[in-house]
Amino acid sequence: MNSSVSMTSGLERQPPCLMLASPILTIRGAEKSFGDVRALRGVDVTVYPGEVLGIVGESGSGKSTLLRMMNLEEMSDRGTYHLDLPGREDLDLFTLDRFSRRMLRAHHIGIVYQNPHLGLRMNNTSSGNVAERLLMAGERNFAVLRAKAKESLDASEFPTARMDARPSELSGGMQQRVQLAKAIALEPALLLLDEPTTGLDVSVQALVLDTLKRLQRERQITMVIVSHDLGVIRTMADRVMVMRNGEVVEQGLADQIFQDPQHEYTQQLVHAKL
Amino acid sequence: MKLDQLTKPWAAFSYGFLDESAKREMRRRILKAIAIPGYQVPYASREVPIARGWGTGGLQVTLTLLKPASVVKVIDQGADDSVNASSIRKFLRRVSSAKETLDTLKADIIQSRHRIPEEKLREDQILVLQVPNPEPLRPVQPDMSEARVMHGDADYGQLWLTLYEQLVRSGRIMQGSSYPSMVNGRHVMTPSPIPRWDVPKMHMAANLTILSAGREKRIHAVPPYTRVEPLVFDDVPYRVEDHADKTCYRSGAMGFFMNELPQDDGSSSFEISDSQYGVKHIQRREGEAVTLGETYYREGRLER
Repeated sequence: MNSSVSMTSGLERQPPCLMLASPILTIRGAEKSFGDVRALRGVDVTVYPGEVLGIVGESGSGKSTLLRMMNLEEMSDRGTYHLDLPGREDLDLFTLDRFSRRMLRAHHIGIVYQNPHLGLRMNNTSSGNVAERLLMAGERNFAVLRAKAKESLDASEFPTARMDARPSELSGGMQQRVQLAKAIALEPALLLLDEPTTGLDVSVQALVLDTLKRLQRERQITMVIVSHDLGVIRTMADRVMVMRNGEVVEQGLADQIFQDPQHEYTQQLVHAKL
Repeated sequence: MKLDQLTKPWAAFSYGFLDESAKREMRRRILKAIAIPGYQVPYASREVPIARGWGTGGLQVTLTLLKPASVVKVIDQGADDSVNASSIRKFLRRVSSAKETLDTLKADIIQSRHRIPEEKLREDQILVLQVPNPEPLRPVQPDMSEARVMHGDADYGQLWLTLYEQLVRSGRIMQGSSYPSMVNGRHVMTPSPIPRWDVPKMHMAANLTILSAGREKRIHAVPPYTRVEPLVFDDVPYRVEDHADKTCYRSGAMGFFMNELPQDDGSSSFEISDSQYGVKHIQRREGEAVTLGETYYREGRLER
């Protein structure tokens, strides 16, 4: 079977190629060193439109670095990064300058951080946090800003009666919903979730995951979710990538990874959870 | 050859107080500021014999622009007769033998704190504004280096967000002075703490405006006939202070920016803020021959 995803580990098995559409995100040979530490050692990622890719791995495995790279916060030392955006198919995003990166991020990539302080302005209103995205994209009509912010908050199941409350006054789950509303306000091509429910209690976590699931179903948003919580990945992801020491050790369909892990490390991981 | 032949004759100070090298630096910075409208150009900001925060930035620009034939007007919050304004005016005359005036129409250089005169400035006039804080991004980005990067990227989303927040929380724009304004469609500047009333006067103005912050060591400029557009949402029109229907109790002039004077009975009376313009109204009423210039506002409405 021909595959656009190549493995970097010693495993011979090719990942499944079930997607017929051309990939929306293609990263080839991403490498990153911080001093002597090699955070990523040549990672390839392919994400297809409408799918949810889960990335699991222990702390320090490079999964967050990879996600920051996808968000263009971090540049790769080597390799290429392509997003299937109209008119930009052939553009290597790792070569972009700061300004273009920022514009691209504002228009096409949404992100939800584990720590809401990274993604939100705590002393502005929640609706303002969402509106900022639209303002960056050039919306200059106050009524439209209000309406769109409300719509987006509503879509992430945030109680719109509280849309003008400050995130600092909100609970953790609500803060994540505001982040989500901000991320999806411009209908991004790619939604990145960095441990979106870590730090929430289990019942709230389930509610937030429900919202994410529904959004994914209704809008067919392409998502990349990073977590060390296998339960979250199992709930959300269609396809899973397992990372260790800056390398992808195994990838495949979620069921396949969880039911029939091949790599020794994945086996440990799955068993530790179960 | 003797040493005293090689040196310049002794003088208490250079012409215009600042030494030649300082003035040359100022001129270069001013030229750069004019070349990139709204961009903040750093400069050395010399010591002048007034304290930082009292108009040292404006004073250095004025000293650089002066020549013996210049006619200078100095405004402090609309008034020509405050201690600060009259001391600066006196100082300028002493170091340059320039002439003083109170009349906007007769001035070549107008140094001002927090007001633009009501009478229209001409192409041959230069307005020098004293600026306490030149950085419009400071409330949202305290790190100056970061703010410079944001200017470079024209990343002004947070300023818009501030206005959005004001509308959400108060139902109207609360920014009273220093209203952030887009210059020539590129850089957002703070037009110094002039009231909202004065900001539209800068738009496509015939005169050159130089804004200088002495303490913060930054110059920016608005060249003649340059767009200055306050940041406003499409559906929330820019609003100046509601002074259109106020009448000056001294001069009887109506429809200009007023100072509010609280009265004992709890009411207020109003006097025209541009003091010399008010004085000219009184002089004309008393039959003196004075010329009232064309004004930016007529009967409280902006003339375009």
